[in-house]
Amino acid sequence: MINFGYTIWIPLLPFLMFLLLGLAGNKLKPKLSGLLGTCGLAIITLLSYITAYKYFFTSEKIDGAFQKITAFKTTWLQLTDNLYIDLGVLLDPISVMMLVVITTVSFMVHIYSLGYMKGEKGFERYYAFLSLFSFSMLGLVLATNIFQMYIFWELVGVSSYLLIGFYYQKPSAVRASKKAFIVTRFADLGFLIGILLLSFNTKTFDFITLTDPAGSAIAQGSGIAFLGLSVMTWSMIFVFMGGIGKSAMFPFHIWLPDAMEGPTPVSALIHAATMVVAGVYLVARLFPIYSVSAPVALEVVAYIGAFSSLFAAIIACTQTDIKRVLAYSTISQIGYMLVALGVSGYGGHEGLGYMASMFHLFTHAMFKALLFLGAGAIIHAVHSNYMTDMGGLRKYLPVTHITFLVACLTIAGIPPFSGFFSKDEILAAALHSNKLLFAVEYAVAGITAFYMFRIYFSIFWGKETQYHETPHEAPATMTIPLIILATGSVFSGFIPFNQLVTSDGKAFESGLELAVAVPSVLIGLIGIWIAYIMYRKETAIPEKLAATFKYSYKWAYNKFYMDELYLFITRNIIFKHISEPVAWFDRHIVDGTMNAIASVTQSASYRIRGLQSGQLQKYAYLFVTGAVLLAILFIYLWK
Amino acid sequence: MNAGIPLQYFLILAAIMFFSGVYGFLTRRNLITILMSVELILNSVNINFLAFNRYLYPDKMDGMFFSLFVIAVAAAEVAVAISIIINIYRRFTTINVEDVDEMKY
Amino acid sequence: MIANQIMFFLFSAVIIVFSILTVTSRKILRAAVYLLFVLISTAGLYFMLNYQFLAAVQLTVYAGGIVVLIIFSILLTSHISQKFEPAGLKKSVFSAIAALTGAILSIVTILDYKFEATTQAAKEVDMKVIGKSLLSVENDGYILPFEVISVLLLAAMVAAIAIAKKSAPSGTQSTTLKQE
Repeated sequence: MINFGYTIWIPLLPFLMFLLLGLAGNKLKPKLSGLLGTCGLAIITLLSYITAYKYFFTSEKIDGAFQKITAFKTTWLQLTDNLYIDLGVLLDPISVMMLVVITTVSFMVHIYSLGYMKGEKGFERYYAFLSLFSFSMLGLVLATNIFQMYIFWELVGVSSYLLIGFYYQKPSAVRASKKAFIVTRFADLGFLIGILLLSFNTKTFDFITLTDPAGSAIAQGSGIAFLGLSVMTWSMIFVFMGGIGKSAMFPFHIWLPDAMEGPTPVSALIHAATMVVAGVYLVARLFPIYSVSAPVALEVVAYIGAFSSLFAAIIACTQTDIKRVLAYSTISQIGYMLVALGVSGYGGHEGLGYMASMFHLFTHAMFKALLFLGAGAIIHAVHSNYMTDMGGLRKYLPVTHITFLVACLTIAGIPPFSGFFSKDEILAAALHSNKLLFAVEYAVAGITAFYMFRIYFSIFWGKETQYHETPHEAPATMTIPLIILATGSVFSGFIPFNQLVTSDGKAFESGLELAVAVPSVLIGLIGIWIAYIMYRKETAIPEKLAATFKYSYKWAYNKFYMDELYLFITRNIIFKHISEPVAWFDRHIVDGTMNAIASVTQSASYRIRGLQSGQLQKYAYLFVTGAVLLAILFIYLWK
Repeated sequence: MNAGIPLQYFLILAAIMFFSGVYGFLTRRNLITILMSVELILNSVNINFLAFNRYLYPDKMDGMFFSLFVIAVAAAEVAVAISIIINIYRRFTTINVEDVDEMKY
Repeated sequence: MIANQIMFFLFSAVIIVFSILTVTSRKILRAAVYLLFVLISTAGLYFMLNYQFLAAVQLTVYAGGIVVLIIFSILLTSHISQKFEPAGLKKSVFSAIAALTGAILSIVTILDYKFEATTQAAKEVDMKVIGKSLLSVENDGYILPFEVISVLLLAAMVAAIAIAKKSAPSGTQSTTLKQE
């Protein structure tokens, strides 16, 4: 048995960095705090690569399946004999894969931020929060039990809130951070209900016990039915509700576009590569339960994912803020991952969807982070987020141009880049299970290619804009991560995921299905070609199309008015009819009772005070009356 | 010797005198008239004691001595009360009991 | 027998009428005189009850001492012919109610109760017996209250003098003390 005890340091080191930078940050020089944060991440990146190597290539396999190893465990809260909450480290294929993803992307973002955030006020605070985020995310993926995952889930939400609202003096940033936190918190309510239902029926929180396909935990609660669905199904749907919130699926997607108010590296790390995939990770982690006991919940997952990806792709076609386009793109791609999970079965080739989803998670992290960091470099050069202010940048930003192009080709699914392989697997899994979902995802692939190349051409080709100051290429600290991530995007497609990360831990054979591959490449190329026609040179085609499809364009541009709907519901319905009566009740009845007690006491004491009048005869009168009354009482009324 | 007059007559008489004294104590405004009402009360009590002694316990003398001491105490009390009233008169220039109310809230 | 009853009714009529007049009279000196009459009639009642010594004490101390003292203080503190305003209506009504209630309660109780006399022989109470009792320490002796009463009378004298004394002007008093 290999000793994996050192893995506890992988989450702990960023936590220590957070404490150090948080408490002592403003006493250190900014550059030093940045370097400290980056070094911490460098160490744990190395540690996770070592762990991945050891786990995947040298650990023992039982029945050809990778084992779940609990590297570290300590009991935090003992509720009953069987029910206890641990804190620990669980290593299994998906968690080790996530370790690699998170630490790599976080490391890249740390290096990038040295250049991007240089000179900003609050530099140390930024690195402290980045370390906090890394700690939380790592704790989430390494969780041994569902409650620990919930704890770190919330911590990740907090870090996201802190980082979105980093420019706290900007009202829009503050609003966005509040929105993100509130929406995800509301979704987490569902998560908590799901956890409670699940653990009540299975009597355990521990993942290994819960997800043992042959174990008793999974079979619990399948019999009891409520409104036609078993308790397990309900609990899994509720648990997924947390995932909908955190992964910004419809209808809780509203926070992600606004979260772009945060600094761009934050968007790259949190809102593209790591936090938003927490929902996918959750479903993957609980996949045996979903697949064996609650298949209806899995269908819910798939349909929500498909709808969100189509919805977001349509909106992305009309947006002009490049970060928002990328945000909607993220929603769309996460939809892909959820569809893949939703159509997957358990075990062997049935589990193709599972593997494809994890594969896409891996590649998506690389290329989406690359896209965001590239966008950061562009924004840094042009000082504006809007496509309309850019054009012809290929002359000024060569490195950014090439890496951005690589990323766009990857996301469009063009071989031999990694996006082609992962998307292909997803489409293959969907084709074999659910033709409708396949059709939707196929269409989305084309739309994705279109809108990504729309922004590519608008930024780097398009009109020749006159800039106030000549845009200059980003410094080395920013371009090196771009190059590294581009390399990852190119080559990670060749990693044999079907040997390493599968639904039951065993390897299975899968290859390239030409029936799926060729059409998907074709539609990608069609999307690119359409974007080329419309945007390569400045033409009138976009305006003409927008004018023709006036209403569709308006609805898509305004994000289908989802934000307005939410504001209406909260302001007019919840605030007016629920919050205000409750507030009135609290102010007038609860407080009123207290005030009434006080004022009654006060007036009573004022009246009683009159008894001490100083008048001798009054005292005597009371005395006589009292004596007479007592005499009557005792002589005549006391029986 | 007193068979003709039942005990209750004495007691009723004493009761009427007592409650007249009480009424006077509660109603009168001059401090000295209050004192006079107190004397009425004390006298009624004396009558009571003596009546009981004579009618119910003729072999004992307790009632009589009690009355004797009551008279002595009443005398002492009147002396002290008068001196207090004179002091009040010096301070307030009035002996209206309603004006002597400084010990109030 | 009949003479007894007539005496009794006479005395009680005087007592009742004059006691009510005492508490309702508007002129203070008249109230004092009515009180005197009440006290004298009470002494008469004591004579009827065969308590001669006590009756004599009543006449001497009460009628002769206390009423005189009261009249002195009246003269010291107010104008003789000063007339009071009657007491406020509310006050007199309430007090009358209280007093009447008490009176009725007492009378009803008295009439209800069965008084049982002892069957022992009566004791003659004359000066010799009284004198012996006042100074005897046996069962029938009242020496303790007697001594206590004498202490009380002393204290009352001292108190009366001390309270009613005019305090000396503050200047001379303190300087004299300082020189000591």
